[in-house]
Amino acid sequence: MSLHFELVTPEKLVRSDEVYMVVVPGSEGEEGVLEGHAPYMTTMKDGMLKVYKTEGAQPEEIAVRGGFAEVAPGGLTVLAEHVDS
Amino acid sequence: MASLKELKNRIKSVKSTQKITKAKQMVAAAKLRRAQAAAEAARPYSQRLAKVMGSLAGKVAGDSAPLLLRGTGKDERHLLVVVNTDKGLCGGLNANIVKAAKVKARELIAAGRQVDFYLVGRKGRAPIKRDYARQVKQEYDTSAVRQLGFTEAEAIAGELVAMFAAGKFDIAHLVYPVFKSALAQDPTVVQLLPVPARQVAADAVPASDAVVEYEPDEETILGELLPRYVRTRLFTALLEREASEQGASMTAMDNATRNAGDLINKLTIQYNRSRQAAITTELIEIIAGAEAL
Repeated sequence: MSLHFELVTPEKLVRSDEVYMVVVPGSEGEEGVLEGHAPYMTTMKDGMLKVYKTEGAQPEEIAVRGGFAEVAPGGLTVLAEHVDS
Repeated sequence: MASLKELKNRIKSVKSTQKITKAKQMVAAAKLRRAQAAAEAARPYSQRLAKVMGSLAGKVAGDSAPLLLRGTGKDERHLLVVVNTDKGLCGGLNANIVKAAKVKARELIAAGRQVDFYLVGRKGRAPIKRDYARQVKQEYDTSAVRQLGFTEAEAIAGELVAMFAAGKFDIAHLVYPVFKSALAQDPTVVQLLPVPARQVAADAVPASDAVVEYEPDEETILGELLPRYVRTRLFTALLEREASEQGASMTAMDNATRNAGDLINKLTIQYNRSRQAAITTELIEIIAGAEAL
């Protein structure tokens, strides 16, 4: 019961992890992505990506700029031009 | 016949040249590994972006498509974006890139099109200006940057997209070397703007047929992704250039080192011969002198 999450920048694959939930700062509102989410694409605002390792855990925050999120059956992929961590 | 001293100096100078080429070869080998790793690391992003673009571009077509995809609808003015290296000592790499660019330019001019140049990197400047001095519109200097990053690609893409939006050209082609191996770097010409969506879609792995929800709508997403795609394209070209430069440099310097070695051997033989000849002459003189007594 976990979501496959990948964070990719032009320079490298930053993260490839199994997590519980990721909150994506979509351009039309924040949105939590859990496992089994329907196929979905959205552009992202510049903001914080919140990664929940397990249910109820403290979220890990990653600042992204120029992002784009895609949910496919294989999991969530975030393409971001800049990642500040 | 050169004197012994001259030969000695000659050997010494070739030896120091060999030292330089050998050092450059080793530096290039180390840098090549890094450049290749960078190119490798950049692959996931461009692959995924191409996949998304391909599936989107198929859905959005016709007049509603963004300018970067649709183009100006004309085929008059072409822009050649030529990516060269900043430093020499890399064999025929830059000459080959320039040759490919000139072939393309001649082809377009013969077809009655207008051709302009946008140069990246210092080594393409002189040879292209020799033939097309007035057509070189803009340049982007990367020589001050030690480690090429996405920032440079962003800056170049920004300028190009702005020029495109201002109607300065109709079609842009990108000329850059594709790194095959340390021995082969092929100069390649691809269309950069307007984005050749059909080709992107064909190259990408077909996406799954699942119904995908878009937020905001497809066109807006595509409008945002297109400049990003152009940036990524340029970034890839810069990375390829980096790897090609180091690969070509390594091969060229390996050859140079070997040639210097051959030359040293030849000169050493010549040196030894003249030395022996000198000794023989001396001996003959002494013997002749002793016999005369």
